[in-house]
Amino acid sequence: MEKLIGEFSFGLFFWQLLIFVGLIFLLRKFAWKPILDSVNERENSIKEALSSAEEAKKQMQSLKEDNQKILQEAKMERDNLLKDAKNKGLKIVESAKKESKLEAEKILKNVQERIDNEKKSVVKDIKNQVAEFSIEIAEKIIKKELEDKTKQDEMVKELLKDLSIKK
Amino acid sequence: MSYTDEETGGKVYVGIPLPVILWDDGIKIFSSSKLNHGESIAEIEDKFYKLYHGKIYLTDSKGTIKYDEEGHPTNVVPLDFSITKSVVSMILVSLLMFILFKNLARSYSRNGLVAKGVGRFFEPIVIYIRDEIAIPNIGEKNYRKYMSFLLTLFFFIWFCNMIGLSPLGINVTGNIAVTFCLALLTFIITTVSGTTYYWKHIFWMPGMPIYMKLIMAPIELLGVFIKPFTLMIRLYANITAGHITMMTLISMIFVFRNWLGSSLSFALAFFISIIEILVALLQAYIFTILSALYFGFAVEEEHDH
Repeated sequence: MEKLIGEFSFGLFFWQLLIFVGLIFLLRKFAWKPILDSVNERENSIKEALSSAEEAKKQMQSLKEDNQKILQEAKMERDNLLKDAKNKGLKIVESAKKESKLEAEKILKNVQERIDNEKKSVVKDIKNQVAEFSIEIAEKIIKKELEDKTKQDEMVKELLKDLSIKK
Repeated sequence: MSYTDEETGGKVYVGIPLPVILWDDGIKIFSSSKLNHGESIAEIEDKFYKLYHGKIYLTDSKGTIKYDEEGHPTNVVPLDFSITKSVVSMILVSLLMFILFKNLARSYSRNGLVAKGVGRFFEPIVIYIRDEIAIPNIGEKNYRKYMSFLLTLFFFIWFCNMIGLSPLGINVTGNIAVTFCLALLTFIITTVSGTTYYWKHIFWMPGMPIYMKLIMAPIELLGVFIKPFTLMIRLYANITAGHITMMTLISMIFVFRNWLGSSLSFALAFFISIIEILVALLQAYIFTILSALYFGFAVEEEHDH
């Protein structure tokens, strides 16, 4: 211990204190503060970058999921639309068929009616013409028969017979 | 350095003379070449000084050294502020550290927050001191204000130790004055930053019976001084012991003067040198981590044990 104290040099202590304390303050200002600040800043930026990357990854994942969902929905909608369209098409075809059938029937009916009407009018016409003819013939015969009384009678009789048969 | 002049038989010293600064009724500055390693007497303003066993004594024109019964010199010792080898190497280490870390600090802003150059090697050490020494011991909240001291302390001790291992052999940290100064700073910082909680634990340990409190108070108080004292002794003793071992082994190479003993001594000296490099780092680390631990005790806040 005595030797230790004997070895103690006050001058060296003085210089050491001066240099070391000076060094602490100088280094604090020019080295440690900027170094530690930069290191901290770097660490923070790394942390931020990592967390933002993680977030981006999550967002990507959710986007992917969303896309999948949208795709699925779109597919479903397409399927539905197709099914609907098919159904509608079938219905339209069916209704068209029905309608056309009805229409055809109607037309047929109309045609029938018209044919009937024509027939009737034709018959009427013929009847009229026959009546005219018969009137003419009757006129002529009457004219002739009037010349011969017996023959006249006979003729009328015969004509009437014919007419009644024709009718 | 010295060699023996073959013509005169006297020793001739080769080296750079350094300024000697003495406080003896006013500042006296002269070159250390005047003392000539204790061989001659320096006469400054009618006063005579002589270097004797590493100390400068006030003496007379003939350089007589008087002794007491135990063989200690009784001459007056003026206050010695000389720029010795140790002071020079301390200044060199400081300059080195300043340039090194200033460049490191500058490289961040220049290189986009990435260290460049030699500083790149020291950056992980700085981060290690922050993450493994300061934060676990002092705590996330308070560690910032101690970082400057801890970093300077670590690198200063480490670099001084390394210079001591170089062939220059200037043993800075093997000086008790240097380690005393470092330990004193740790002590002062611990005492100044001590919270009431810290002092309460020293003088009036909570949660103990009263007679235990009375016993604990002086022990704890003693501990306050013993802690930095052990810091001082540990560093001094480790470095001095290392140097003595190295010197002994190296001188044994020349003592043996035969191929077996000398080569064995060489191998041993080589081995010890490598261990000393490890010790240089280890002692810096121990001093720093213990200082951080003491600061941690001082700033500890009240919480459940």
